[in-house]
Amino acid sequence: MPREVLLGDEAIGLGAIHAGLSGVYGYPGTPATEIFEFVERRTAKSGDVHAFWSTNEKVAYEEALGMSWAGKRALVCMKHVGLNVAADAFMNSAVTGTNGGLVLAVADDPGMHSSQNEQDSRIFAQFALIPCLEPRDQQECYDMMIEAFDLSEQLALPLMVRLVTRLAHSRSAVATREPRPQNPLKPTREIRKWTLLPANARVQYKHLTDKQPELLRRAEESAHNRLTLAGRRGVITCGIAHNYLLENLENGHDFSVLSLAHYPVPGGLIRQLVEHVDDLLVLEDGYPVVENMVRGLFGLNGVRVRGRMTGEVPRTGELNPDLVRSALDLPPHPTAHEPSPGLAGRPPALCKGCPHTDTFRALNEALSGFDNPQVFSDIGCYTLAALPPLEAVHSCVAMGASIGMASGAAHAGYRPAVAAIGDSTFAHGGITPLLSAVQQGVNLKVIVLDNGTVGMTGTQRSMSTGDTLDQIILGAGVAPDHLRIIEPTPANHAANVQILRDELAWEGTSVIIARRTCLEAIKRRAS
Amino acid sequence: MQKNIILAGVGGQGILSIAYVIDNAALDAGFHFKQAEVHGMAQRGGAVQSHLRYGDGPVHSDLVPIGRADLILSVEPLEAIRYWHYLSPDGWVVTSITPYVNIPDYPELDSLIEDLAGFGRIVLVDSSVLARAAGNLRAQNTVVVGAAAPFLDFPDETLLKYVETLFAGKGQKTVDVNIRAYRLGRAAGLFFRGLVDGGLGVPDAVRLCRKIEPATIDPAQAAAWAAAILGDRLLLEQTLAGESVVPCDRVAALA
Repeated sequence: MPREVLLGDEAIGLGAIHAGLSGVYGYPGTPATEIFEFVERRTAKSGDVHAFWSTNEKVAYEEALGMSWAGKRALVCMKHVGLNVAADAFMNSAVTGTNGGLVLAVADDPGMHSSQNEQDSRIFAQFALIPCLEPRDQQECYDMMIEAFDLSEQLALPLMVRLVTRLAHSRSAVATREPRPQNPLKPTREIRKWTLLPANARVQYKHLTDKQPELLRRAEESAHNRLTLAGRRGVITCGIAHNYLLENLENGHDFSVLSLAHYPVPGGLIRQLVEHVDDLLVLEDGYPVVENMVRGLFGLNGVRVRGRMTGEVPRTGELNPDLVRSALDLPPHPTAHEPSPGLAGRPPALCKGCPHTDTFRALNEALSGFDNPQVFSDIGCYTLAALPPLEAVHSCVAMGASIGMASGAAHAGYRPAVAAIGDSTFAHGGITPLLSAVQQGVNLKVIVLDNGTVGMTGTQRSMSTGDTLDQIILGAGVAPDHLRIIEPTPANHAANVQILRDELAWEGTSVIIARRTCLEAIKRRAS
Repeated sequence: MQKNIILAGVGGQGILSIAYVIDNAALDAGFHFKQAEVHGMAQRGGAVQSHLRYGDGPVHSDLVPIGRADLILSVEPLEAIRYWHYLSPDGWVVTSITPYVNIPDYPELDSLIEDLAGFGRIVLVDSSVLARAAGNLRAQNTVVVGAAAPFLDFPDETLLKYVETLFAGKGQKTVDVNIRAYRLGRAAGLFFRGLVDGGLGVPDAVRLCRKIEPATIDPAQAAAWAAAILGDRLLLEQTLAGESVVPCDRVAALA
């Protein structure tokens, strides 16, 4: 079998291609971005897989569902918080069911390397009543994608494949197989299944609940869920946590181990383990999902269940081999050197010469007459303006939230209500709150930082930049006189401050576009 | 056999390029390997590290446990220090001493070198001087790969093959620059160790290395340099005070 060096994300992408993929969908977001990018790059020459970034995760999910409806196999990939955006389509796609195979690859970010929270997508799979596979390594990323597409078509359900940052961004050699051909176009005609009017939805929801025993049976019998009974001390591992356990176990150890990678949680396997042990440690990278299920509300008679809820493993943060070592009561390895306390940190920063720096310098000056002005920001490179030396923005919650939150603050009487949002984030989630603000005549100042790309995740294509952006804003009803376009450069500083001041003085919805191309994007296009 | 390496540097310094070269050499050698890296926000000028593990048996964790690293390979001196608690009691540090200053509280370089010197099992190379001599300041990461090559388990030809593959898309000139950078780094690392093993203190070894004309560095002459300087302390100051660079074989005339 040929072997390739692949990131976990890339192995997901290649597995999907070899499973006969016809379309990949998604919106950039760390740590999931490289799944889409790999499929796009790998199929660019053949051109036989549809690969075009979507406006947001909800659109991506719906496009993927449409491809499934048409009988073909679709992959939709996103980061964990992206699934919140796609949740409406996601939840209901479990009720409609699928036609061609539909797999959602979602990358969670325990430890919040690049995210606002560490929500665990396995709970979303439970919530939607669909199966979830959780690869332990890069090879399983590849293999499980092929299996997930087959399972999706056998069960007529969307499948979730959940990975975490550490696996998404770790490379290893992956053995690959012969690709499977794509499905032919074969649209479904099952109108009642796909039209979730209440009468139909009740029928479909009953189908979904009726399938649950079958999903559970498959998880109980899955080769991915491995039980080894030995001594009276037990460990349950989920996904990648298994590697951290193996890293710390000596040959000839006496632990009884259940390694889980296929959900719903197989209660039968867990019962066998529980009946065999006195002490049970649960290791999972993310929420204590399995731990809490095993313990239940009242705990288990005669078995001590330990994990994130009991302090053996920290309640929050990414799992690692050192934390697992300590949870196993093993002594730390000797080291050559103590950590150096007080070492100067090196946080990420805006690039030298970044247009955002010029925009925020101008904004800081324009706002300098107000008492401690607060600026609602959004998600992108420009969120780094929250840090010194700029300290120009004061919130970051969800994609597009800057505009809605600034509007709400304005409703409450807060002045000046200012939102800062990037061009791609505006397309993702900023258009609807702007429309809402214009309709209400909110006294709101929106700065759109149009650098022509999705900078933070690696300069992907932006959906609303340049003329498109201008037309969307005018189309939303912003008065042409109060759509101002500035070029953020040091030379234009004074003029830009004046324009911002003029708009701050006007009572109404203004949009100021700060337009200059991202330096990283210029560099990448040149190379 | 298992080898655990922490690759360290600042976002944009080419840590992932180093990883590419070693990953593929490991694959070539038929080893199992895993290599965890940092993407996203931290790549914007932040501290970046990659954990690289290979060996003849399966590699379990993608992360190197604390106390289990055999080698820190760093393109930046402050970043080497950030991770040295990962080293096992007999682990080594191979690092550039060219600072990348993009924070206001960056420590004094001399005190950094002093901290590193106190560690003992260390190879220091001035990657900016060597990369410039190779033809491009951006090749500092390849310099450090060369300096670390004696600690890896692959022949030079294998590592160079992947240096070549890595830069092939950027044209022959870039390939040649990086091959030179690798060779200069390798020679400079061995020369530095030769000086220290010959009894020279780390700060003196650093000063002398900076003075030697990069293209002439010959590890075989390190012992002679160390002996000459230890025999006559004035010799080091005289050498450093002289013209801009000194050819390595000058030592023959000094001894």
